[in-house]
Amino acid sequence: MISTIAIREFKALFLSPVAWSLLAVLQFILAYLFLKQVETFMVLQPKLAAIPNSPGLTDIVVPPLFGNAAIILLLAVPLLTMRLIAEERRNKTLPLLLSAPLTNAEIILGKFLGCLGLLVIVIGLVTAMPLSLLLGGELDFGKLSANVLALLMLVSALTATGLYLSCITQHPVVAGIGSFGLSLVLWLLDTGSQMRDHRNEWLEYLSLLRHFQNLQSGLINSVDVVYFLVFISIFILLSIRSLDKLRWQK
Amino acid sequence: MTLLLEADHLYRHYGKRCAVNDVSFTLSRGEVLGFLGPNGAGKTTTLQMLCGLLAPDTGTIKINGIDLLSHPKLAKQSLGYLPDTPPLYKDLTVQEFLRYCGQLHGMAKPQIARAITQAQDRCGLQEATHRLIGQLSKGFQQRLGIAQAILHNPDVIILDEPTVGLDPLQIREIRALIRELGQGHGVILSTHILSEVQESCTHVQIIHQGQLILRENVAGLNQQLEAGSLEVTTRLAADLSVLAAIPGVTRIKPLTDLRLQIHYRTSDNPKQKITETIMAKGWGLQELTPIKKSMEDIFIGLTQDDAP
Repeated sequence: MISTIAIREFKALFLSPVAWSLLAVLQFILAYLFLKQVETFMVLQPKLAAIPNSPGLTDIVVPPLFGNAAIILLLAVPLLTMRLIAEERRNKTLPLLLSAPLTNAEIILGKFLGCLGLLVIVIGLVTAMPLSLLLGGELDFGKLSANVLALLMLVSALTATGLYLSCITQHPVVAGIGSFGLSLVLWLLDTGSQMRDHRNEWLEYLSLLRHFQNLQSGLINSVDVVYFLVFISIFILLSIRSLDKLRWQK
Repeated sequence: MTLLLEADHLYRHYGKRCAVNDVSFTLSRGEVLGFLGPNGAGKTTTLQMLCGLLAPDTGTIKINGIDLLSHPKLAKQSLGYLPDTPPLYKDLTVQEFLRYCGQLHGMAKPQIARAITQAQDRCGLQEATHRLIGQLSKGFQQRLGIAQAILHNPDVIILDEPTVGLDPLQIREIRALIRELGQGHGVILSTHILSEVQESCTHVQIIHQGQLILRENVAGLNQQLEAGSLEVTTRLAADLSVLAAIPGVTRIKPLTDLRLQIHYRTSDNPKQKITETIMAKGWGLQELTPIKKSMEDIFIGLTQDDAP
């Protein structure tokens, strides 16, 4: 049942130009940034060769690329998630799902996974760029997979946030603006704390960016992974609850 | 006769307004139950509660003996629902959409293909199989909405205003379809058109301001329809109190100074008396038109029967 909804959601993205345009624009921007990083490496290479234990190709190309991808996806994911439930409510198609023998959890998880499907493709395309360097160089696969994991976790968290915002309003655009705002706040929580002398550990701990960067560095700490999993679960549960609440609307 | 649906003492409030007030009824196999009421009477709210879209404040709903509120997933398996706006995805073709609906109801692949063909035949959608839903006319979309509701062959079929937006020919086809469905299933349909109930239903239920005020079979309804109305035009203004005193006249509504709408009970048939009175008083009868029975007459018949 979950897969039925997920597949429908995934296909719906490709039936409209949404998915295609998103993939094209992201790929264009990221390819440009990727080439710039590769050029940086080419310039630095002679100097780096002289330093013992110097950063390698992976260190110079991969983390900045994935970091930039994260920021662009922070903008792009709300555009994808805003329609998930809000549009069904607006077009009055939600009764089809609600009167079918499905639980609300199945509906929400189906929507979540369907949308995540497209984002996995985006991550796959981003990863393909550094992999192309294998033609003439070597990569640190450990670090690369840590970056892939970090981006996947982040994108799932953003999708869950967007899905929740899409549940609580009937206007896709409001859901989009709301989830972009919420994601950005969660992303930037720790920048304020860094400005003071004594750092606010709590705010820092809640920040998406902090945990994303921890994973990106190649150090896969269970704290960071659990942070993301808890984050995703909370927003999925909130979404299921708000779908339940529609039945009690006044 | 198997009992397919039981609704017991349902209440539903929107804020302070009571939309559904102590509604109880049952539906058996072989019944087509017409839910009749003016706009805003609580028809859609009641139907939405029966489908699990809205939770009742209090009361229980059982579908095929399974409690909808405690086992929604199981209970919804025997339910087909057409909301007041057909829930269609405009970016799919008719066949894709119906296949998706079948999957949502957990049907197996070969079963779905058969069910789609059958539903398309029944709703007259054969020629539209590969067309995009967004490009279909309102009538076709409505028919597709019905096809979606009957696709998985549910025991209980709930149709919210199924003939809205159809042309007269299509309305006749859909009414025939509803009668046919009523033989093997239990069907509930809501409408505000009286003739629709008389043509396609076996039972009728009238809801007014959230309360059930009548539950009858269609023969019983026709007996209840003893309220009629006339439109009378006179040359000089008539004295309303004289006309109201005629036995059988239930209510007089002046439309203009010279035009009156007179509601009466058909059992007393005061038409002749009205004509004679107007002639005798010299008001000058210009026109006397019987008006086709409307919902309003039934409500007056049912709610104001005792009033003078």
